[in-house]
Amino acid sequence: MNPVEPHVAVQDLTVAYGDTVILRDLTFTINRGDIFIIMGASGGGKSTLLRSMVGLLPPAAGHVLYDGHSLWSMDTEEQSRILRRFGVLYQGGALWSSLTLAENVALPLQQYTTLGPRQIKDIVSLKLSLVGLSGFEDHLPSEISGGMKKRAALARAMALDPDVLFFDEPSAGLDPISAHLLDELILELRDSLRATVVVVTHELASIFAIGNNSVFLDADTRTMTAAGDPRTLLSESRDPKVINFLTRGAGIVDKAQRRTSLDRGARP
Amino acid sequence: MDPAALAFAQEDPEALAVSLSGDWRRANNPPEASAVEERLANSPQVRRIVLSTESLTGWDSMLLTFLIGVRSLASRNNVTVHEMNLPEGVKRLLALASATRERTLVKPTAPRVPIVERVGESALAFWRSLLDMTDFLGHIVVALVRLVRGTAAFRRSDLLLVVQQCGAQALPIVSLISILIGLILAFIAAIQLKLFGAQIFVASIVGVGMVRALAPIMTAIILAGRTGASFAAQLGTMQVNEEIDALRTLGISPMEFLVLPRMLALFLMMPLLCLYADFMGMLGGLMIGASMLDLTVMQYCTKTRESVQLNDVWVGLISAAVFGVLVALSGCMRGMQCGRSAAAVGDATTSAVVTSIVSIVVAMAVITAVCHVLDV
Repeated sequence: MNPVEPHVAVQDLTVAYGDTVILRDLTFTINRGDIFIIMGASGGGKSTLLRSMVGLLPPAAGHVLYDGHSLWSMDTEEQSRILRRFGVLYQGGALWSSLTLAENVALPLQQYTTLGPRQIKDIVSLKLSLVGLSGFEDHLPSEISGGMKKRAALARAMALDPDVLFFDEPSAGLDPISAHLLDELILELRDSLRATVVVVTHELASIFAIGNNSVFLDADTRTMTAAGDPRTLLSESRDPKVINFLTRGAGIVDKAQRRTSLDRGARP
Repeated sequence: MDPAALAFAQEDPEALAVSLSGDWRRANNPPEASAVEERLANSPQVRRIVLSTESLTGWDSMLLTFLIGVRSLASRNNVTVHEMNLPEGVKRLLALASATRERTLVKPTAPRVPIVERVGESALAFWRSLLDMTDFLGHIVVALVRLVRGTAAFRRSDLLLVVQQCGAQALPIVSLISILIGLILAFIAAIQLKLFGAQIFVASIVGVGMVRALAPIMTAIILAGRTGASFAAQLGTMQVNEEIDALRTLGISPMEFLVLPRMLALFLMMPLLCLYADFMGMLGGLMIGASMLDLTVMQYCTKTRESVQLNDVWVGLISAAVFGVLVALSGCMRGMQCGRSAAAVGDATTSAVVTSIVSIVVAMAVITAVCHVLDV
């Protein structure tokens, strides 16, 4: 593994919709190559934090730093150059419904690169084959299943070889096997592309299977109450809310039981 | 950054050594697989390609597409490829890309259809759309029967909300358009009538023209664009979000719950808006009359009252009510028939406006013919 190198840093971030503060005082660091989990109960502001990190929602205070540059204090041109280094997989896939899968993946390449049509075609079929969808180039999003839509959206998110991949609830709406395959794919892509991955999820299986760093958002206090490797959090945290969350509400249980749930969720 | 480069070496006539060096990323415009293909075409005796990547300093998808390209051209030319020391990530990604996990269902490509068949298909599609329309009308009649019996399930607050949206909130645009129509009509008439010294008849032309035809048709077209389109977009989006399915599974007929209040609202509001447009149009005419033709307000009003018969007003109001129903039906029908994507909502909206306007014009023609026969 490469030496630990900070990639994304969030400093004293406060996010609000109008006067309603959704999250306050968040500070954490994501290292290059991390699979970073943003977890917490529903309504805890997980997706809002993600929106703030990918440049959709300006924060009320604080900074989101990419390689030390603050996303929200640079000019728009610089910001859009940084945003191009991101790939975002939205919850429902958010494929453009009037375009075929190939056109969906090709659009960012056509917009931001000087590649010719044949090179773009090659890259598009490479990306689609990476997510197991080769042969589906000419299908419309409405003609494929939900799991395939998610993978096609992942192919689109990877089109520009991003440094940071964001996933909003990747396993929502997928059957356990597809969800597991998607997790494997995320790990594989992180290892081979050397990208940093940020995942919003509350799927415990995924959290333990792929995450090596995390932040826990508490819905009541509207801030983060824990950070670190989720497996370490499970064994060492003293916060009853974190333990409750990570044990599906079983609360503080004896060490032995905790170990088994840990092993079951651990990466093979 | 070192530029991406490709070097060839051929010690053995059967083996082509290809070495990749530099930063093989998109920003560096790395060579394409076609470079290898050209080289291969020059030395047809080559049986093996030996790829070495030791001196690569960076890579992204461009390297992957290059390697895939080399592999496929090698298999086309019966050449074997030996890849030496590929970066670990590249190896894994290539393995991932060549593992097809999804059964490939090849989409049937549309065959070229002869023109006769296409004409036939579109005629059949037109026939089917007529059947759909009839089906929709049938459902509406059933819903209306239930309404009359008092068993239709819709909420009065919905009705009032739609009444507000398509009635009161449409007043500004209706005022603007009607005044302008009245003005234009009066202006054109004035130029001609002045030649004969018959300026006073501007009042008759504007009065009868607005009341009988222009006010209802203009109001209907405004509402087709304003309200009909919004009905189609709203119901279409509800279709996309499965909200209409949710109503159905609850046993609530979307016809009664969604379509009836919209149709009733337009049926009630259109005549009122039309009456309002009548007066606004006359006001526009009066502006020209008073400013350009030296008519007094009194003269203009008296002439208008003399020439506009009560029958004219009734014909206008009845047409307006008919147009209201047509606009509501077109909007709701296209919304209910909407597919389940963003593009389909756009199509539904377009089609709603087109259907509304076509049906308004056809209805206008029918009403005019009927009035002629009945001599009203």
